[in-house]
Amino acid sequence: MTTSSDQPVPESSAVQTEMLGFLAKRTGTTWATDADVFGSGGLSSLFAMELVVHLEKSYGIAIRGADLRMENFRTVRRMAALVERLRQPAPGGSGA
Amino acid sequence: MAAENGTPGAGRRLAVLGAGVMGSGIAALAVGHGIAVSLIDPDRRRLAEAPARIDHQVRMARLMGALPEEAVPGALDTGPSPADLPAAGGLAPTAVIEAVTEDADAKAKALADVSALVAPGTPIISNTSSIPIDELALATARPVDLIGTHFMNPPYLIRTVEVIRGTHTGEATLDALRALLAALRREPIVVEDAPGFVTSRILHPMINDAVRVVAAGTASAESVDRLMRGCLGHPTGPLRTADLIGLDNLVDSLWVLHSRTGDEGCRPCDLLLELVRAGHLGRKSGRGFYEYEGEQA
Ligand SMILES: NC(=O)c1ccc[n+]([C@@H]2O[C@H](COP(=O)([O-])OP(=O)(O)OC[C@H]3O[C@@H](n4cnc5c(N)ncnc54)[C@H](O)[C@@H]3O)[C@@H](O)[C@H]2O)c1
Repeated sequence: MTTSSDQPVPESSAVQTEMLGFLAKRTGTTWATDADVFGSGGLSSLFAMELVVHLEKSYGIAIRGADLRMENFRTVRRMAALVERLRQPAPGGSGA
Repeated sequence: MAAENGTPGAGRRLAVLGAGVMGSGIAALAVGHGIAVSLIDPDRRRLAEAPARIDHQVRMARLMGALPEEAVPGALDTGPSPADLPAAGGLAPTAVIEAVTEDADAKAKALADVSALVAPGTPIISNTSSIPIDELALATARPVDLIGTHFMNPPYLIRTVEVIRGTHTGEATLDALRALLAALRREPIVVEDAPGFVTSRILHPMINDAVRVVAAGTASAESVDRLMRGCLGHPTGPLRTADLIGLDNLVDSLWVLHSRTGDEGCRPCDLLLELVRAGHLGRKSGRGFYEYEGEQA
């Protein structure tokens, strides 16, 4: 049984929980859902690509073109929102 | 459709010799700017891994905002020998970039082979770190077409490029290189020929000294890097830079400098040689002065 699109909230929060766990494991620090992971004292921007690869592998999505922007990976909430959007067939979706 | 005005590199095709750290990085820079690339390396395993590594770097570059928004990625083809070049893609290469192992004999062979294959007037660009361009010119059929261009790793992030004019480098070659670098949105700084030119002549012995400091037990690699960053404004610190360069390549370059200048400060220090012998080559092998678990080079 796959996602029903009128229930995005539990889906997104599952992604958030998993991403918080991934970040804690990879960085040895706990992060809040809205914390800027690349802000001062945060992660190097090189780590962003690791987040991209992890999200693609974990959720079977392809993040390409205009979606490859730091802004999409700055917080766990934004990453979850991106996963949400790319998992839907989305007419008029994300741009090339 | 597409491509003509939007993509700065449309209509160009680069041949890149060597699919290692720099060859694949330069290929990624070109592809990301819409330039088609033929990548050549006799090491078939390297060659097979290259497209995925290049795609990863192009995506990384896009993520970091280092590519023009409008660029349609250039096509990439790969092959084990430059002999296939004229046929591949149906378009003769507009320039050749040589990024093979930092070994004068290996480079001489690669340059001799390729200069016999491409049309006269095609710029042949060596990415050597240290070997004088005039020395490499002896191997080519047309020294007038040869020029040095020292891209740094990763090429898509570092905008400034050291350009080395050999004694025989033609004005047309320099002009063609400037146009290529403009399409790649890089900024050239032209210098004269010498062992290590400017950047390697200064940076490589400095890194060698940093390794000596660590070997002497004066400070850890982390402390050396933190001091060089925090006090002297070095962006990554010399030891993390060494890992990014590749310790084997650094040792090769130091030997070139040592043999061509006689400067004992350029003799690779024991710790560096030991790490290379143990296969700890830096980021590309997962370990050097630091560990790189889970990161893709
Ligand atoms: N690593 C750096 O940070 C850096 C920076 C600037 C310049 N350079 C210079 O760039 C060049 C390449 O360095 P690298 O770090 O990519 O080395 P590397 O060892 O990662 O790769 C070299 C590649 O060249 C290939 N090769 C050998 N002979 C060849 C031939 N005849 N034709 C085609 N390919 C051949 C090898 O199989 C290997 O894959 C060297 O001259 C180096 O000094 C390196």
